[in-house]
Amino acid sequence: MTLARRIIPCLDVDAGRVVKGLEFAGLRDMGDPEELAARYNREGADELILLDIAASRDGRATFLETVRRVAQQLNIPFTAGGGIRRMEDGHAVLRAGADKVTVNTAAVERPELISELAAQFGSQAVVLSMDVKKTHAGWEVFIRGGAESSGRDAAAWAREGVARGAGEILLTSMDRDGTCSGFDCGLTATIAAQVSVPVIASGGAKTFEDFLAVFGEGQADAALAASIFHTAEHSIDALKKYLAGRGVPVRLSQ
Amino acid sequence: MRVSIIDYGAGNLPSVERALRSLGAETECVTKPEQIAAARALILPGVGHFSAFVTGLRERNLTAALRQALAGGAPILGICLGLQAMFASSAEAPGECGLDLIHENVQALPTNVKSPHIGWNQLRRLRKSILLRDVPDDAYFYFAHSYAAAAGEPHTAAACDHGFPFAAVLEHNNLMAVQFHPEKSGEAGSHVLRNFLEWVR
Repeated sequence: MTLARRIIPCLDVDAGRVVKGLEFAGLRDMGDPEELAARYNREGADELILLDIAASRDGRATFLETVRRVAQQLNIPFTAGGGIRRMEDGHAVLRAGADKVTVNTAAVERPELISELAAQFGSQAVVLSMDVKKTHAGWEVFIRGGAESSGRDAAAWAREGVARGAGEILLTSMDRDGTCSGFDCGLTATIAAQVSVPVIASGGAKTFEDFLAVFGEGQADAALAASIFHTAEHSIDALKKYLAGRGVPVRLSQ
Repeated sequence: MRVSIIDYGAGNLPSVERALRSLGAETECVTKPEQIAAARALILPGVGHFSAFVTGLRERNLTAALRQALAGGAPILGICLGLQAMFASSAEAPGECGLDLIHENVQALPTNVKSPHIGWNQLRRLRKSILLRDVPDDAYFYFAHSYAAAAGEPHTAAACDHGFPFAAVLEHNNLMAVQFHPEKSGEAGSHVLRNFLEWVR
């Protein structure tokens, strides 16, 4: 009996569609959120994360409608976020059917947001999302979709977030994100050793071996990926069978 | 088959409702003592803080009605915090009283394990279980909690180990409860809900 390592597909959504950000060419359409959610639910995903990457004020209603529609498709846990600035934003996302809410930039700017959400909804419903990049100062937290340095040290911020009530950490390596060169196991293991809550590794997944490494050397509790699942390059079921064959505890579909 | 889901103001009711409806049950959300008294079968879902939970029940005058219905043998399924609420008290909210149907206390998970206990875990069967009937022994269920009730006689039908062996499936006369979220536990979770509905029927 062991707590299974989780495989979590992530849907980045903009205006009701799943998209993939391309470095210089804007966004590529990856499909319909409901259809992808239903597919992942069927294929054995352990959880789903939905992120509003546009996160504009006027797109809020559209995003909540997407949350509502996706929730209908799932009988697995479901996290949503992107642009959560106030308590009411978090409440709206949970009311629309998400089980957990992620906070990022707004929590860095006003850390009390984490405490407020945790007090109201419980730590198990609050995921602190951190975008981290290696700089001359060490591992630094970036905000506004990675556009701006916050000047905060990643390990210190992770500890503070957990002390304030975050129940999980979604850790994205900006150095690896979109590079297909594997998860940053060094970063993941460093943060995992600093906090008492589960850490979800994100950024850089390409091969099955990348997942094996992040659960081993990286000490991750869960691993997130987007495009490799959307394009059906890898099926979640095949990935889990691979991991199970190498001694990683995973939940295989019955 | 009509199931009454107790709405104390904070739980994530839609996913529980959806899961039960997909199994053919009719659901209603109840907020009044007389609705609890009239219910054929009750569901007590729960997320959040123990204190908000028991306060929510009390402010809606549901505590006494619930205790009375359960003493009268009404079948109930508690989910997550709904399991913990059946106990006398919780370390999460010292001074607050639970429903005290089981005269023991809910404890914090120890500091030598990750807390919250979030994710999919397996169960250890302690005896024949109604809720786990025909569910594979190695099935995984989704947990999300920082507090738990120690597994014990005579109430625990299956335990889960995370820091200490805790009550994951509780079956005690008309009281049924699970520490995991069956509505979020895929096929295995749906099987547990189906077993509850069949037992009530």
